[in-house]
Amino acid sequence: MLGGLDGLLKSVQEKYLKKDIPEFRPGDTVRVYQKVKEGDKERIQVFEGVVIRKRGSGTDATFTVRKVSYGVGIERTYPLHSPVIEKIEVVRFGKVRRARLYYLRERLGKDARIKEDLKRQKKAKEKK
Amino acid sequence: MKGIIGRKVGMTQIFDENGNAIPVTVIEAGPCVVVQKRTKEKDGYEALQLGYQEITKSEEKIPKPYLGHFKKAGVKPMKILKEIKFSEIDKYNVGDTITVDIFQKGEKVDVTGTTKGRGFAGVMKRWSFGGFPDSHGHRYHRAVGAIGCRTYPGRVHPGKRMAGHYGVDTQTVKNLEIVDVIPEKNLILVKGSIPGHKNSIVVIKSAVGRSRKNA
Repeated sequence: MLGGLDGLLKSVQEKYLKKDIPEFRPGDTVRVYQKVKEGDKERIQVFEGVVIRKRGSGTDATFTVRKVSYGVGIERTYPLHSPVIEKIEVVRFGKVRRARLYYLRERLGKDARIKEDLKRQKKAKEKK
Repeated sequence: MKGIIGRKVGMTQIFDENGNAIPVTVIEAGPCVVVQKRTKEKDGYEALQLGYQEITKSEEKIPKPYLGHFKKAGVKPMKILKEIKFSEIDKYNVGDTITVDIFQKGEKVDVTGTTKGRGFAGVMKRWSFGGFPDSHGHRYHRAVGAIGCRTYPGRVHPGKRMAGHYGVDTQTVKNLEIVDVIPEKNLILVKGSIPGHKNSIVVIKSAVGRSRKNA
């Protein structure tokens, strides 16, 4: 626990942080379940793609998911702890050598493949 | 009317029920002690003198008149003394503690602080002047330019905006919404920014004016 002013700031954020977020890294493929309000109805929208960036800490943390839909690249940035996000599912563990996968933007199809991280996949299975 | 003294902790963001991220400033306010009461009969106005942050150094190092003022009130010496107008002054006695409980979520407040010092600043920073192009042969970049006319009036107009000391001014931000109050930690969360650097002393008072949204 941090002391001083920054410690106080962190303690304020504590209440708003989610505890049930699965561990995922850039390169992983995730499925994001987002609550969408239409009038007075609420439904869940799913967005599946590769995590190309994770940044920030505390309530400020965000992550960016990229997918190619009908030949068009789509990137969405979500606040990690936003109550709008119902849940996050890790579909596939990727093995990458960068923290920011911006190079995927210039690649399509086969070139944009990411190696699977079998070690982490195995670990995740054992946990279950 | 009511108020409290505090210090700026910093800014962060929190989420509301709808998932909107709200920018908030965290202020550690109080506990403050009532050191003196200003009354209508004696002083012509009503206010409470509040003390904030206990002095930890030994008593010999505190100026005697200052020390005497606190002795009279029967409270420990404080670093900060400020008078704040209170509407229900009879409710409080000298020696009482005032905490963040006096404010509630959703209330509007005015926050007064001291802005960050910028030292001797040029006109581009101090008055947001446009300056001159950096390239295309210019050798005149951030300076002020012309400051007056010609024979008539033959002088520079008073109040002409020029370079000089900037910052360390008292500034008040009005009608900030209280997003949350955390009494256990003496914290108040207000929506938006307030003047000053982290750890600087601020005064939080209930809002004097009606905001356009409330009117």
